[in-house]
Amino acid sequence: MAYADTLPKQRSFGQTTRPDAWWVKPIFIFLGFSAFIIYSTWAAFQGNHYWLAAGGANYVSPFYSPEIFGDSPHAIFHGKPGFWPAWLPFSPALLILWVPGGFRFTCYYYRGAYYKAFWADPINCAVGEPRKTYLGERSFPLLIQNIHRYFLYIAVAFVILLAYDALKAMWFTDPVTGASHFGIGVGTLVMLLNVFLLSSYTLGCHSLRHLVGGFLDSKTKSPSCAKTYNCVSCLNSRHMMWAWFSLFSVGFTDLYIRLCSMGIWHDVRIF
Amino acid sequence: MNKTVTFRIWRGNSQGGEFVNYTTEITEGLVVLDVVHKIQATQANDIACRWNCKAGKCGSCSAEVNGVPKLMCMTRMDTLNTDKVITVEPMRAFPLIRDLVTDVSWNFRVKTKIKKFKPRPADAPDGTWRMQQEDVDRVQEFRKCIECFLCQDVCHVLRDHHKHDEFIGPRFLAYTAALEMHPLDTEDRLPELKQAQGIGLCNIGKCCTNVCPEHIAITDNAIIPLKERVVDEFYDPLAWIWKKIRPKG
Ligand code: SF4
Ligand code: SF4
Ligand code: FES
Ligand code: FES
Repeated sequence: MAYADTLPKQRSFGQTTRPDAWWVKPIFIFLGFSAFIIYSTWAAFQGNHYWLAAGGANYVSPFYSPEIFGDSPHAIFHGKPGFWPAWLPFSPALLILWVPGGFRFTCYYYRGAYYKAFWADPINCAVGEPRKTYLGERSFPLLIQNIHRYFLYIAVAFVILLAYDALKAMWFTDPVTGASHFGIGVGTLVMLLNVFLLSSYTLGCHSLRHLVGGFLDSKTKSPSCAKTYNCVSCLNSRHMMWAWFSLFSVGFTDLYIRLCSMGIWHDVRIF
Repeated sequence: MNKTVTFRIWRGNSQGGEFVNYTTEITEGLVVLDVVHKIQATQANDIACRWNCKAGKCGSCSAEVNGVPKLMCMTRMDTLNTDKVITVEPMRAFPLIRDLVTDVSWNFRVKTKIKKFKPRPADAPDGTWRMQQEDVDRVQEFRKCIECFLCQDVCHVLRDHHKHDEFIGPRFLAYTAALEMHPLDTEDRLPELKQAQGIGLCNIGKCCTNVCPEHIAITDNAIIPLKERVVDEFYDPLAWIWKKIRPKG
């Protein structure tokens, strides 16, 4: 008799003897991720109101930075790239959003969370699954998740660019003289907090933890690796928390700048 | 203060069975195993239930309490809602012998297939080795394992998909991690981790970590780091170059 035939039969979808509300967590995760995906897709296709110059401010939305092609003062090249198909509405965000999108999609935390909330594999621990067959990450398509560290490399560069944006947001242009001077607005703080949260998420990455020292068995032979490994491990132990906080903060930073640019909210200068 | 509780216990063997309700009185400070023992002593002498230390250290009393894999001896009654019927049933990832007792011998067969510890030549003439505490800290976490196999039980790859022939389960991924990350070890277990031992079947949902009574961060500290080592070895072209020039350790 095959070993599998000696085991209790697989439970059907949702079948469990857990009396608790096991479905609450996957529903919240499903709603949280869906809300972000819908908002970010909508915001990415807008192609406007992603920067704020009113009041001398120098803010740009994280969904649109780096702005490789575009019309804002932050753009590296002006206009639309030549290769852009005419039928597709152009937005600078569409050129770059695959980086943070791919990074989060292949992140170990997000994988574990969306396999549960979006694919019910399993929907929660010790609860029956909808499918009999299972491939896991061993074969195509999920084998591709192993690309995660390459997304990490570009994501680190993006965080540096966003930090540069936050620095620029500390300089305001005088509308009369045109001179730049130091200042802090609520938007500056929003952008700084966003960079802090994004860095904490990115620098706590499991792949980074491996690359900076996890690959070594004797870290004491390389003290700099040991130190970095410990720092990354510290952030990594709360990776889920940073993942959620930073997800919320990028969305909010875009929303803040968008609403200020549309004149619905007004950016307050602190000094 | 005495209280009346009802336990719904699975009674049966590999051919089949059913839940049977037992109502009994409990006093303060009891654990689930105490209550099962009381029912065994007073109402159903033939309930099969495995236990040994009653201190959370032997890993024998694994079962599912209210649907969640737990050590019966470490599950205090005051953590459960005693106003409702409490379900106690055997683990589902292993064949049932009788009532709450399952045949976990598959785990021991799996373990024999994992390549043994292979230390480098001794560091000192007296045949001993030197290593730093900091370097062994990481593998010591995995040595806390009491082989209760609760993590194997909750893992859906085994529990639901019955991939016992293709996947060694979280317990043995942690065991492999303890060997593979050991500062003295020189063996290479990555090819079989990728192939026969099926690390790619784990989809990192962390159910194993959640049920581990020793609080071993199985997914974060054992499985994901091993997955990363498998990426180095088999999927990342830049890592192949880096391996030629990286610091050795
Ligand atoms: S994290 Fe992996 S090993 Fe642990 S329960 Fe989930 S699938 Fe199984
Ligand atoms: S890793 Fe934890 S849950 Fe798994 S067998 Fe060891 S002690 Fe039990
Ligand atoms: S594991 Fe989450 S960002 Fe890399
Ligand atoms: S009886 Fe030993 S762990 Fe429960």
